[in-house]
Amino acid sequence: MSEIGSWKVKTGLAEMLKGGVIMDVTTPEQAKIAEEAGACAVMALERVPSDIRAAGGVARMADPTIIQKIMEAVSIPVMAKARIGHFVEAQILEALGADYIDESEVLTPADDMYHINKHAFKVPFVCGARNLGEALRRIGEGAAMIRTKGEPGTGNVVEAVRHMRTVMSDIRKLTTMPKEELMSAAKEMGAPYDLVVYVAENGKLPVVNFAAGGIATPADAALMMQLGVDGIFVGSGIFKSSDPKARAKAVVLATTHFNDPKMLADISKDLGEAMPGLEISTIAENQRMQERGW
Amino acid sequence: MKGKVGVLALQGAFREHRFVLESLGWDVAEVRKPSDLEGVQGLVLPGGESTAMAKLLQSDGLGDRIKELAAKDLPLFGTCAGMILLAKDIDGSDQYRLGLMDVTVKRNAFGRQIASFETDLSVPALGSRPVRAVFIRAPYAARVAPNVGILAQHEGKIVFVRQGNMLASAFHPELTPDQRIHGYFLKMVSEYQ
Repeated sequence: MSEIGSWKVKTGLAEMLKGGVIMDVTTPEQAKIAEEAGACAVMALERVPSDIRAAGGVARMADPTIIQKIMEAVSIPVMAKARIGHFVEAQILEALGADYIDESEVLTPADDMYHINKHAFKVPFVCGARNLGEALRRIGEGAAMIRTKGEPGTGNVVEAVRHMRTVMSDIRKLTTMPKEELMSAAKEMGAPYDLVVYVAENGKLPVVNFAAGGIATPADAALMMQLGVDGIFVGSGIFKSSDPKARAKAVVLATTHFNDPKMLADISKDLGEAMPGLEISTIAENQRMQERGW
Repeated sequence: MKGKVGVLALQGAFREHRFVLESLGWDVAEVRKPSDLEGVQGLVLPGGESTAMAKLLQSDGLGDRIKELAAKDLPLFGTCAGMILLAKDIDGSDQYRLGLMDVTVKRNAFGRQIASFETDLSVPALGSRPVRAVFIRAPYAARVAPNVGILAQHEGKIVFVRQGNMLASAFHPELTPDQRIHGYFLKMVSEYQ
């Protein structure tokens, strides 16, 4: 029996992306630069997060024409973002043939209570999470891949680090709990019990976990990899830097050789200016994208 | 330990191959640079993105070193992107490849992710029980030379081949619990010692 869109096939594509870099792009030319640099996928957008942050207002799914042109330009997987809870944007992205949908806090949420029922789709979803409870809620809804939220568009890695450390620490706590404590733990973190049991028994998430939100340099990418993520999303960090081609290539190399400081030193040389950074405390709390998601 | 095999660990699902090979009693080396190939008796090229791996293979001469070892009959096993890297020709593409098997592959040949599928695949060389095969944005072999053995086809498309010391599958045996395909490769590794 052949089956399309099975859980194995959805999580399997994320497995294939591991150890790689997924880059935000807004034009076919940028997509080609990303592919040429060795990106394992691209995220097709109308604006990168730092521009979304600067523009304010309501940020929505990209125009399908942009996504289609990018799909035509490259042979690697093309992802696209839908607003939290906007299942019709997701239906449109599925109809376009996008390879992965990011139900993303970078866009303005369309539903302030519920996320998309991702099990209803054949196309796989990735979602952001700041802690284990949030990650397991998203997986319970059908996300086949998780990423840290970080704070998008800031070029500041501190939030991604915090989210990754929190998830890892939450996982470690579960693995030391006797079974009778797991139901209360599930209740406290607001996560499905069966997924809590899985994590307690296996010491890891049941899906691939990438870093996202604030990664701007090869060293940032290697830092996240050493903290235990499976791969890297770079949003504004490539095309808001002074030399996107060189930086894209360097971030790819650093993600593969994340454990080799001598190579990282070479990789980090002569890349020009990184994107301008933002200190998190200067962003009003209601402007922090990571707070979006329930 | 029965011996040591390498898994190309530039990008992709290398960890899954590692787990299968280790559970079959082999030592595994993750290969990221030429010196990591020291002492390996076989090499697995995992699934992932072939264009991403191609860039990294060229960056420090790792690709050339693998070609040298292949010429000395090092057993190689490529899955999905690994199959693309092993092929001499890639339909409609001039991207870098190792170019070792007399095969023409077509990339993303079954379609985009939305068309990715799993199916029961008949592989006579492994017995009558079918293999559960997971195809993810998978390639297939559009043409093979007469010296290439066809081990499996899906709906008339060639998806599993062997040529001497080299084995290639369009699907992902590392994602399912059935270890027969890795067992088949390790038997090749033992035979070439």
